[in-house]
Amino acid sequence: MNFQGSIYKFRDDVNTDEIIPARYLNTSDAKALAAHVMEDADPTFPSKVKPGDIIVAGKNFGCGSSREHAPLAIKTAGVSCVVAESFARIFYRNAFNIGLPILECPQAVIESKTGDVFAIDAGTGVIVNQTQGKTYQAAPIPPFMQELVAAGGLMEYVKKKLM
Amino acid sequence: MTRPMTIGEKILARAAGKAFVAPGDLVMAKLDLCFGNDITAPLAIQAFYANGGKTVFDRKRVALIPDHFTPNKDVQSAEQAKILREFAKEQKLLYYWDQGECGVEHALLPEQGVVVPGDLVIGADSHTCTYGALGAFATGVGSTDLAAAMLTGQAWFKVPHTIKLEFVGKLPKDVTAKDLILLAIGRLGVDGANYRALEFTGPVISALSMEGRMTMSNMAIEAGAKAGLIAPDGITKKFAEGRAQRKPRYYTSDKDALYERTEVFDVSKAEPVVAKPHLPSNVAPVSKCKNIVLDQAIIGSCTNGRIEDLREAAKLLKGKRVSPRVRTIIIPATPLIWRQAMKEGLFDIFTAGGCIVSPPTCGPCLGGHMGILAKGERAVATTNRNFVGRMGSTESEVYLASPIVAMASAIKGRLANPQEVRGAGWQRGVKK
Repeated sequence: MNFQGSIYKFRDDVNTDEIIPARYLNTSDAKALAAHVMEDADPTFPSKVKPGDIIVAGKNFGCGSSREHAPLAIKTAGVSCVVAESFARIFYRNAFNIGLPILECPQAVIESKTGDVFAIDAGTGVIVNQTQGKTYQAAPIPPFMQELVAAGGLMEYVKKKLM
Repeated sequence: MTRPMTIGEKILARAAGKAFVAPGDLVMAKLDLCFGNDITAPLAIQAFYANGGKTVFDRKRVALIPDHFTPNKDVQSAEQAKILREFAKEQKLLYYWDQGECGVEHALLPEQGVVVPGDLVIGADSHTCTYGALGAFATGVGSTDLAAAMLTGQAWFKVPHTIKLEFVGKLPKDVTAKDLILLAIGRLGVDGANYRALEFTGPVISALSMEGRMTMSNMAIEAGAKAGLIAPDGITKKFAEGRAQRKPRYYTSDKDALYERTEVFDVSKAEPVVAKPHLPSNVAPVSKCKNIVLDQAIIGSCTNGRIEDLREAAKLLKGKRVSPRVRTIIIPATPLIWRQAMKEGLFDIFTAGGCIVSPPTCGPCLGGHMGILAKGERAVATTNRNFVGRMGSTESEVYLASPIVAMASAIKGRLANPQEVRGAGWQRGVKK
């Protein structure tokens, strides 16, 4: 999978309450959730995010609640990929389970700024900051997660293996 | 062939049908229980049907707990709760509680003996790690993992490395389990235990009640941990007796089990603490925060809504009133705790003292309902997160504290140590 898009940069420890505040969790409708994505981290984000844009964040992205509504809202808003210095465990697992591509690459995060354009090859983990002309190598996706992705997500994987 | 293992490794090995596991191993393991709530289960139920689900793998091992936005706060949340009710009925789930019987999931499931020592549990809620206090390996997951678990009874796990946290010394008066876990999160940081399990050990932990242990394990996730385990002992066995719905299995770590590292906490000189906005790791002694004026106090949640928490708060309040400027909301976590508190006369103390007593709900902890903050307002809360906007306005603030610090602060109208409101000579704090 290849992506190209403008990046929006966020700080460390962006939690799932900021990604999708609990006041909107009285619905499971993905589009309704996407209308408020990242709202408590940046109130203008839902109105300015365009399909293909990329979220870039610091350490521990997605910490806090286990709500899968968080990666779901990001994916449904059209964000193609999230690049972070690191991800909180439950968010990491949820993102793979629903098919939101995520990559860990501290250097690409540290050296970038909002508005830069990234070109990403999620298969190889190569990230190019086209605005700055720099190339980075993201941490490889663990083999088991690659298997999940290849199967088409967790549900397809378990259907093949266990049912 | 075998190797020394921690409690968590032993449970994962047993559930995966292996003689042993080591950190980094990926295992597919059989679950003793999986569950979700009124926020996370609707997505899981949707995925269950979308993937051809007809019946759950075992109606005695899938639980649904509508606790977050109940009693239903609006039409949409009523619809969500209805999805759970109908699924529970269709699937004949043994463990489903409707309003009136329902309580905060992480207080209710152990209380009702639905989670037992030695279990492997996943819950679609991050505070599922609470059951580590019983010596169960329990971790929070998302809705798709729950859907897969409801279909197959299994989940995949990467065996985590374990960090041992050893608590030694003599626990000073007014320093509670909540203070200990906040101090630990303060030292580890909010991602200090990401992908890892914590094991709480030492004489201070052995001396804690089951309520206190659950407070500690509950907040393991606030350091990023996958689980927060405590070795079962006499207190665990006494707790499990008479309530366990299945046969408990008691696992303890081998003497030569391998830990990633050990952190020692000498608690002898510890003071009551708060976690300041906006991270649970932003920990400071209450004595350094006495200028923080408050608008609200919440005593409840899966962290601190158990009977012991309410008793301690009531003991401090007895014969006094909370500050007229502090809306003080008491939320017993389950109907059984509610009835017990009523029988013990705690509600007389709370209501005579100017507090509001709420039905069991997660409510304000996640900014749902029953105590939301306006712009510029500040709360002290016995809950587990103080993120931006967690309890309401993105311009409000939450200070996390123990039940006795929360009550002392409600009385004074500002953050306060319990000692400040004891004895005859105490003085009212902030007026208004």
